[in-house]
Parts: sequence; C-alpha cells; structure tokens
Amino acid sequence: MNAQHEEPVTMDQDYNFAYLDEQTKRMIRRAILKGLAIPGYQVPFASREMPMPYGWGTGGVQVSAAVMTRDDKFKVIDQGADDTTNAVSIRSFFQRVAGVATTTRTADATIVQTRHRIPEQDLVEGQILVYQVPIPEPLRFLEPRESETRKMHSLEEYGLMHVKLYEDISRHGHIATAYSYPVKVEGRYVMDPSPIPKFDNPKLGDCAAIQLFGAGREQRIYALPPYTNAVSLDFEDHPFEASKADHPCGLCDAQNSYLDEVIIDDAGGRMFVCSDTDFCTMRQADGHKGKDAA
Amino acid sequence: MQVETLGGGFSDPALQSAAAFRGVMEAMARPGTLQSVRGATPPAPLSAAAGAVLLTLCDTETPLHLTQGFDTPDLRSWIAFHTGAPIVGPSHCQFALGHWDDLMPLSNYQVGTSEYPDRSATLIVEMPDLKQSGATLKGPGIKSQASLSLPCITPFQNNAALFPLGVDFIFTCGETLAALPRTTEVF
Repeated sequence: MNAQHEEPVTMDQDYNFAYLDEQTKRMIRRAILKGLAIPGYQVPFASREMPMPYGWGTGGVQVSAAVMTRDDKFKVIDQGADDTTNAVSIRSFFQRVAGVATTTRTADATIVQTRHRIPEQDLVEGQILVYQVPIPEPLRFLEPRESETRKMHSLEEYGLMHVKLYEDISRHGHIATAYSYPVKVEGRYVMDPSPIPKFDNPKLGDCAAIQLFGAGREQRIYALPPYTNAVSLDFEDHPFEASKADHPCGLCDAQNSYLDEVIIDDAGGRMFVCSDTDFCTMRQADGHKGKDAA
Repeated sequence: MQVETLGGGFSDPALQSAAAFRGVMEAMARPGTLQSVRGATPPAPLSAAAGAVLLTLCDTETPLHLTQGFDTPDLRSWIAFHTGAPIVGPSHCQFALGHWDDLMPLSNYQVGTSEYPDRSATLIVEMPDLKQSGATLKGPGIKSQASLSLPCITPFQNNAALFPLGVDFIFTCGETLAALPRTTEVF
C-alpha cells in the first residue's frame, strides 16, 4: 500500500462535528479528564450506540470523537495495518463526519486510533494514542462479578493476578500470557493495556504522548498521561520479557519490529513481515530489503 | 443586561468546545504547562478561560458551586442560559468556581469513594496571574519536573496524599489555563 495523505473532504453537514452530540461529548470529556487524573483507573461512562457494531472499536471511536478538532491529522491502525477493513472504515467515518485530514504516517498524525498495537515509531509530545479496548477489566476472567473486581481495585488486592501468572509458570515453565499483559500503573492500579502484544508493553510507560483507552460495550474509559510509570507484572526469578517471532522482517529486514506470520502457500511456506505497515513501508522506501522482498 | 446573558458563548460550539477541551486535556495530562483557551466572553468577573471551561464541560448533569464574588445575578443567568448547570453548595458540586481563598477548605468537596474515585469535584480556580515558576511539580505527565505559580503548597500535598481519592484543579487567568490532577506531588 502506498502511504499517503488525504486532504480533508467536505464534512457531511447532516451530522454534528465528529458525529456525537455536544452533551455526549461533554460527558466523555469529563470521563477522560478524571481518567487522566487517576491513571489506570477505569472511569464508567454512558457509551452510546455508534453506527458500527460493538467489537469494531466503538469505544475508541467515541474517545476519538470527543478529543478531535478540525485541525487534527487522523491515523487508524488495526493490528498495525492502515489498510485493513476496520482501519479504513473508521478513517472514512471521521473524514465524513468531521471533515478531518487523515494520514498513514505515524510521524504526521496528531491522533492515532489503534486496535491492538502501538506504532513502532516512538510517539512524541502533542500526539494522542487512542486504544480500542474489548475487555477493560484485567481481573474479569479471574472474577466475573463487577462488584467484586471493583472492590479488588479499591483494596489494591491483586494477588489473584499474580496467582494466574504463577500458574502460567507452573504449567508452561514461563509466563505464557502473550497479549493483554497486565501492567501496574504508578504503583497503584493494575490495568489491561488492551490486547496489544506484550512486545509493546515497554512502550506504555514513559511515553511522550497521551494514551487514552475506550471500551464501548463495557462502558469504560481509562488513560495514561505522558511519562507515566507502567510496569508489566512479573516475578524476580521470572522477569517480564517482551517477546517477538525470532526472525527479521521478510520485506524490510527490520530486526526489532513486531512481526506477523503470513502463510503464503499450501506447502507450509510462510514469511514474517512487520505488523506496522507504515514502519515497513518507510523502511523499504529507505532502501532496506528483506529476503522475501520482490 | 440581557444581551450580556445571551451573548459571550461560543459562536461555533462544536468546533470551539473541541479546541477548548484539547487545551484542558493537555493541561490535565501535562501539569505545569500553560494552555491558551479562547472563544468565550463571559460577564465579569469570570475570565475567558474559565468561561470556556464551563461551556466545554458543564451542562444540566453537572452541579456547579459558585463562591462569593462569582455568585452574582449576571453570572448565574449567563451560566443558566449557556450551560443549564444547577447551582449547589460545595458538598454536592461536581465543579466549583472561585478564587483560591474563597474555595477553601478542600474538605468541603467530594473526593470520590474508594470504589469510584472519579466521583470527585474539579475546582476551577481563578488566579490573579499564572506563571511557570514557584512550586515544583513532579508526577505523571511531567518528564522530570515542572513549576507552576500555585497559591500555596500544603493543601495540594494533603490532597495528593488522599490518592486515589482527591479533587482536581484547573487554574485560569485571562485566556490562559493550567491544571493540577491529584497525582501531582507539590513541593
């Protein structure tokens, strides 16, 4: 895919700017401010029906709509890619209802909405990363009752999460949790970073950009202000390890980017390529060439 | 008089409140930075920045407390017309507006509950001036340290000690604002 900038198209005047009505935006904005004031804490909000099904990023879309201004440059990635269905449709949604400019270049974007990845390129001050979150509660699969998980957060009772990680070790010999790897924020709240691979976890803490998390179906917003401490849970004898497939990218030869494994024929052939399409495209444009590049 | 009540709001509410919110959000996410917020021309003594904050965040769902000096008929009717926020006492408010001394003591305000620390008040503090000097700030949102001309220090330290409970602050002066969440260490 050729990376490109698209100029703002004319906004559809049948909708309010950024689709949501002003009262809804105020409600979401108040939740975002409390989320920033209490990093890692899940703020309940009155999530609205959006013109897309739950599970397609309604939480992220509502957060993006609440923070977006006319001058923003908007980028959407789905598992790192700019050109997948979810990314393309959310990008065109905001082109239509907000008249906002879009881009696929991470460095040029002011708002990046993401499903399940953090861009490879370091984010800078002035950028906002909006995560689409399916299950915001890190303790949910250990304790299904919201009344109980809320109490556990209030009492800072996270022993159960450590038991889960310990059971991983006793069963597999290492911590087998590979995505949605829980982090402790500023030594207080345990937070689900959304299903990003644990490879991305080290980028959560001390990030220059504002990170906002929106869960539409579960009606929760949470946030990490810039330069916030977010530590992946681990044990002294089993320290956290950010893992990735042990290959270079087949197209751009990057050694340190997160890779997708792609099956290329029915004879067991496969290649590994960067999951971040913008990062890979930029590297190829700079002349880097992997072993599978055409 | 009536003109003053009906005027002074955003001329393009959707776009101007979006821009104003970005200023407030950047301020809350990066304590110690100064943000410029324009578009509102509320009646005196309310500053343009505080007016924009009210227009951006307050509506019929957010009880507002006005301290003496700001509890004037002019301001009440401006707020009623533009936001519809109910005016209440400090113990029930979600937002409070006033000068620092009139807003005290902080124990008047809701600090949230241990299960819902977000159910806490946000204080909009009108300041005589606002500079990046004075008290030293550290914490989330601040790379190493920042400075802000706070009116005092001890109440902010006591508030931060309540974390995750506590109130949050937005400081306004003219068209400038800054913010201080409960997480910031002040010394």
